[in-house]
Amino acid sequence: MKARITVTLKPAILDPQGKAIEGALKSLGVSGVASVRQGKVFDIEIEGAGGAAAEAALKNAAEKLLANTVIENYRIEVTG
Amino acid sequence: MKSALLVFPGINRERDMARALKLMSGREPTMVWHADRELPAGTDLVVIPGGFSYGDYLRCGAIAARAPIMAAVRAFAQKGGLVLAICNGFQIVCEAGLLPGVLMRNSQLRFICRDVYLRVERSDTPFTRGYNAGQVIRVPVAHGEGNYIADGETIARLEGEGRVLFRYASPDGMIDPNWNHNGAMNAIAGILNERGNVLGMMPHPENHVEASMGCTDGRGLFAGLVDHFKLAA
Repeated sequence: MKARITVTLKPAILDPQGKAIEGALKSLGVSGVASVRQGKVFDIEIEGAGGAAAEAALKNAAEKLLANTVIENYRIEVTG
Repeated sequence: MKSALLVFPGINRERDMARALKLMSGREPTMVWHADRELPAGTDLVVIPGGFSYGDYLRCGAIAARAPIMAAVRAFAQKGGLVLAICNGFQIVCEAGLLPGVLMRNSQLRFICRDVYLRVERSDTPFTRGYNAGQVIRVPVAHGEGNYIADGETIARLEGEGRVLFRYASPDGMIDPNWNHNGAMNAIAGILNERGNVLGMMPHPENHVEASMGCTDGRGLFAGLVDHFKLAA
């Protein structure tokens, strides 16, 4: 089973890196960019076909390490 | 004072810290490897030094916070043992949940390596008894992620309980955004845990302990700790 975990900063948290990227896009003349927030993507392969145990492992991975839930949200998607 | 100095792959300030601890306490610290599971018997003080543990992969301090030795550090802190966490050490103890909040990217996005001024907010803790409350000290910083943030409730608690020990300040002790180089909330440079035995701070007092370093303002922190253990003995 394959899954993707996306980690993003919570909306209330300032993202200076996103701001810098936003500024760079504007200075490149990329038009219409209102704002940019930077995040992280983890593509994970789980042994076996999935199911409740695999979902629990992914949630565990996100909560225990991949996201710092003080400042970040995460989303788990099964991709294959 | 028996110190245990944690060493993670990618840490680079452990020798500076060892030198300061030896100078100020007269005793070599024991270096403790991240994969160890126990602290040396009779440890008084655990020190987590600065650097770039695990290359700052994922988030600063995130991997180190889950290293095998950290379970022993957590147990040591729960028993009331003193933990001094500097720079990457501060990031590690925040990630480990021993202190609240997060060290985010500096607001100006740059790595900053220079001397800053800190106002010591309290002198009645084992870490700051070598200073006077309100005293201003000059110590170096060297970090890209030192911008302390926490939710409003946590900040209110830290302030209400007097757990902010060091703040970035002007040379005359004024709190001023121009002297808050990394944008930390409430100019927070160092905080205590609820019990008062874990200190995390971004600046490096260990780098201002000898005349040859050009300043000795960092000595007070180590002298205070040595005093604390002398009195306890």
